[in-house]
Amino acid sequence: MQLYLPIAELSVNAFALLGLGGIVGILSGMFGVGGGFIITPLLFFMGIPPAVAVATGANLVVASSVSGVLAQLKRKAVDFRMGFVLLAGGLIGSALGIWVFAWLTTLGQIDLFVQLSYVLFLGLVGAMMFKESLGALLRARKPGAPIRRAHVHYAVHKLPLKMKFRASGLYISVIPPMLAGAAVGFLSAIMGVGGGFIMVPAMIYLLGMPTKVVVGTSLFQILFVTAFTTVMHAVSSQTVDMVLALLLIIGGVIGAQIGSKIGLKLRAEQLRILLALMVLAVCLRIALGLLLTPDELYSIAPGRFP
Amino acid sequence: MIRVLLCILAFALPAQAQEAENPTGETIVAGLSQNLIAITTSFTGSEILIYGAVKREQAIPEGAPLQVIATVQGPSGPLTVRRKERKFGIWMNTSAVTISRAPSFYAIASSAPLNEALSETENLRHQVTVPSAIRAVGIASEAEDAPVFLDALIRLRQEKRDYVLNENSVNLLESTLFRADVALPANLTEGEYRVRLFITRDGAVIDKHEEIITVNKDGLERWIFNLAHEQPLIYGLLALFMAVFAGWGASAAFGLLRR
Repeated sequence: MQLYLPIAELSVNAFALLGLGGIVGILSGMFGVGGGFIITPLLFFMGIPPAVAVATGANLVVASSVSGVLAQLKRKAVDFRMGFVLLAGGLIGSALGIWVFAWLTTLGQIDLFVQLSYVLFLGLVGAMMFKESLGALLRARKPGAPIRRAHVHYAVHKLPLKMKFRASGLYISVIPPMLAGAAVGFLSAIMGVGGGFIMVPAMIYLLGMPTKVVVGTSLFQILFVTAFTTVMHAVSSQTVDMVLALLLIIGGVIGAQIGSKIGLKLRAEQLRILLALMVLAVCLRIALGLLLTPDELYSIAPGRFP
Repeated sequence: MIRVLLCILAFALPAQAQEAENPTGETIVAGLSQNLIAITTSFTGSEILIYGAVKREQAIPEGAPLQVIATVQGPSGPLTVRRKERKFGIWMNTSAVTISRAPSFYAIASSAPLNEALSETENLRHQVTVPSAIRAVGIASEAEDAPVFLDALIRLRQEKRDYVLNENSVNLLESTLFRADVALPANLTEGEYRVRLFITRDGAVIDKHEEIITVNKDGLERWIFNLAHEQPLIYGLLALFMAVFAGWGASAAFGLLRR
């Protein structure tokens, strides 16, 4: 069934979109990620204009993080205080990202910038995750190997403006979480992702937060930052496509429930290695697009730009 | 039979008489299968039928046969054409040329090869072919090889079937009755589509006729598009509400199922 998307202004197969949402939902349910970093590049490959893909991607992450946050709230795994500090940084970063996005669009470099960001961050995070989970898998085979300490003191703990985060059991400066939040907010606006794949490692390794509150708190921050990003994109560039978002969300929420069932049957290390391989595959696909000689050197954009 | 039909057509449709530059007294009487195209959620493209007849007082003149050319032109606007180049090992947009006006859609249908049916001077006067329908003044100052960008624009749009040339696709009967079918793609831009008809002989235009097709988004599409552009804040909040509701609804629904 072909469906005309009112904002993207093209006709696409509705079932393809439902299926796409479903696959990403399964992955996000299996791995506990928002799925924005997979869906946005897939929308590029389908021919959806990058600006629409990014803005609609953010809208989609709102839906998947709402159900995630609700589940985490029941487990009391959200550090609200930390969440609000991260959020404050996130909103600043997102506003900055929206502005950069609009500026690069007029320069005609937005596609390149978005693709480069994807290659850089997916490559970095994928490689880190792969190395870490491979190590964990090997360690699991060799019982008795040393386990790294959960809480280490770094230089970031010497900064001023300290604040007590009771749920996380931390007494640290608000500057690092603000910066981490801002970085993720910026990426959310530029890449149409929630940024969980950056936020979670940052919380564990940079802030030293205990793992039990990491996922809930990052989802809490992501929910509000992507909500803000969606509205800002809608206001500044009118690129949120509600029909596209709805189809992807329907597929996504059903897929997420199936995915979480599959996720329970696999071991955590295996899951992480699979996720790492997938992240690296998406990264490689985008990188090839930049490195190989394109079939078509010319492109057309409506409007008159400087 | 043809005469009867001609009479009906002549009364039913407004004919444009251009006696001054029309020595043979042949004029076009024409109509369209539809003057309004609504883009709805299930829109997958549309086909318009352009039909008509050549009205004349005398017998068909001797000499070169009559030819019919039909063009359908979508709304025009400025465009930027960019070119990628390899820099630092990656491919990026490096140069751009602004085209002041290019139609979003352009289809030409003719009853004979276009270079036979229309002379170069008449083409320049009436702007029939694709390159003459694009206004690209002053592009030479933007890049050294600016015409290459113009060629690329036309080539890209031809590949996407946005610019279509269908020679010999107009059915012309007895130099009098004609019909042309033009397919409009699914990715239509909203606006007024200008339909032009020319009858030519020996490459010279004898008469022309113009009609307008209005293409509009309709129903839900119309509503969403308008809301997004006129009330972007409300639209953004609505998109947000939809996402929150879907996320909450899904977890609640599956929570009930599990119990």
